[in-house]
Formats: sequence, structure tokens, C-alpha cells
Amino acid sequence: MITILLYILIALSFVCFIRVLLGPTMADRMVAIDIFGTLVVGICVLLVIITGRLFLIDVAIAWIILSFIGTITLAKYLTRKKLDE
Amino acid sequence: MNSISTVLLVIGVAFDLFGCIGLIRLPDVYNRLQSATKCVTLGTCSILLSLFFRYGFSDVGVKALIAIPLLFFASTVGAHALIRGSHIFGIKMTDKSIVDDYKDAK
Amino acid sequence: MKYITLFISMLLLWLLLTFNLHSANIIIGVIVSLIVTLLFGHSFLTNWKLFYNPVRYLWAVVYLIVFIWECVKANFDVAYRVLSPRMPIKPGIVKVKCSLKTDIAKTFLANSITMTPGTITVDVISDCLYVHWIYVSSRDPKVYNKRIVGRFEKLLKKVFE
Repeated sequence: MITILLYILIALSFVCFIRVLLGPTMADRMVAIDIFGTLVVGICVLLVIITGRLFLIDVAIAWIILSFIGTITLAKYLTRKKLDE
Repeated sequence: MNSISTVLLVIGVAFDLFGCIGLIRLPDVYNRLQSATKCVTLGTCSILLSLFFRYGFSDVGVKALIAIPLLFFASTVGAHALIRGSHIFGIKMTDKSIVDDYKDAK
Repeated sequence: MKYITLFISMLLLWLLLTFNLHSANIIIGVIVSLIVTLLFGHSFLTNWKLFYNPVRYLWAVVYLIVFIWECVKANFDVAYRVLSPRMPIKPGIVKVKCSLKTDIAKTFLANSITMTPGTITVDVISDCLYVHWIYVSSRDPKVYNKRIVGRFEKLLKKVFE
């Protein structure tokens, strides 16, 4: 049952990659990457429940922070400013 | 407790599904960001809450509970930065849109 | 006093994240929180007295309940717009005035607007918010001020000001 949910989430992350491939503009691709980062957190939590390896929740927390930093950097790139302003 | 947890898991994955359908169907980057941010964030929060219901007040449950506000702030601030950046970059809104007050304010 | 508040909250967060009470763990937590406090203490909350006012915590709980309800409503709203075959969207960016003064209250207002039905904050310039709205139902500023900001403004004023 829960394994099926895991397969659905993995399929959804491939849907995000379809948007990365199609995306007419650069911003569309960035949005898709941001959403992919959030989906990976869900995949980590489902893996905690299925495999019982409790350290994966730490991976999820670290992934939230890293994906946030990546999104902010990409958005800064869109505004055409230097990264240290 | 395990049944509540499973129900929350199903709800969360369903909202993730709606968010990704919105990512494919909606016409421009602003609307895609709307659907994707709201649905996927609440879906993932629901999945984290299900982990808390499954493990209770152990270390995993409390970590999942801490991750919820972290995810909220990360995704809202990220969406805000992305939408402002794409407007400054000059990406056009869809033809259906009727008003743009931000254009004069920059 | 400002530094002590930050130090205590950082230490509590550390203890919750690691979740054991060995002496070695507590010592590492104290050292890490000390470093964080010395590095970032000057940019912490300017008005630390609000931290020790219990009435504000009660209003924060009320705000949290209202916020979660709006958030769930937002998700069903977006799901309806995405799944219906005609896609009833009429997007636009509108300008909304808000009467909040402090920066932290404005931050929370902008984040709440992002999670409520059909709206997402684009920018905050002095006391005006620019909000992208997925279905602009009316062009009258009074109507959309009430529909976008009115739900949270009073509660946030009680929590943060």
C-alpha cells in the first residue's frame, strides 16, 4: 500500500522533469526544480516508513535547507544582480 | 494511530498529485507557481505529520514536527523570490490576465 | 537581554533536534548556540519584550488555527481550478495597502497571503503589498483589501505589535 504511494511520488518527480524539458522560459524550469526539491522530502519520509531507517529524516531536513538556498540563488540570478549584493 | 497516519499519507500524496497536474496544465509561470507552491507544500506537510502520528514523541516524530514550519518558511520565501525575479526578468503574463499594477511600481 | 533570548531559543531548538540529554550533547549545544548568538545576535528581533508576554502566545494560537483553516481551503480551491476542464482563471497583479508597521509583522502577513486561496505576494514596497491573484473578482480596492488582507491583519496586530 505505502509502496504504491512511493511509486506515485517518484512518477510525480518525473512529471517535474517533463516541465523542465518543456518549459518555454527559464523561470518555468526553476519552478519545476523547486517543486522537485519539495517532492524529494516526501520521498525521504516514505522511505523512513517503509525501510525503518530513521536517519533518513535528517536527510529530509538537510534537503529542505539546501533546496531553499538553491532556489534563492536561482531567483537572484533572474534579477540580474551580482550574487553578493 | 497507524490508520490516521495512513489516511494523512494518502491525502498528502493526493495534494502532491494535484500540484503536479497544475504544474503541467496552467498557462504561465505565475499561475504554475500558485498551484505548485500551495498544493505541494501542504501535501508534504501532511506526509511529515503522518510520520509524527506513526512514531509519537520519539526523536523521529519531533524532528518531523520541526521540519513542518521549516518547510513552510522555505517554500513561501522561495516562491516569493522566484515570482519577483521572473517579473523583473520580464517574463510576460498570460493573455487572460486583466491587470498588472506592479509594472508601474518598479 | 536580546542575546539571552536568542541563546535560549537556539539551545531549545538544538535539544529538540538531537533529542537526547547526555552531558556531551548539551555541552556541544551550548557552544554552537553561543557561536550563533555572537554572530547573528545584532540582527535578531528589535523588540524582544514581546517574547515574554503570554497574552501574545494565546493570540498566536488563534492565528495559527485561522491560518491552517485558510490553508486547507486554499488547497481545495486550487485543486478545483486545476482539475475543472475549463480552468476558471482570470489572473492579475493588484496593489493592496496594509496598516502593519513592524517588519516582522509584514513578513508574516506576506507569508500568510502566499498560503491563502489564490493569492501570492510579489513584492512589499513600504506599506503596499503587490499580490498576484489567480481570479480577480473585482477591481474595487476596498473589496480586495478586505478579501486579501482583512483576515489576518487584526490578528497579526495583536500578536506582533
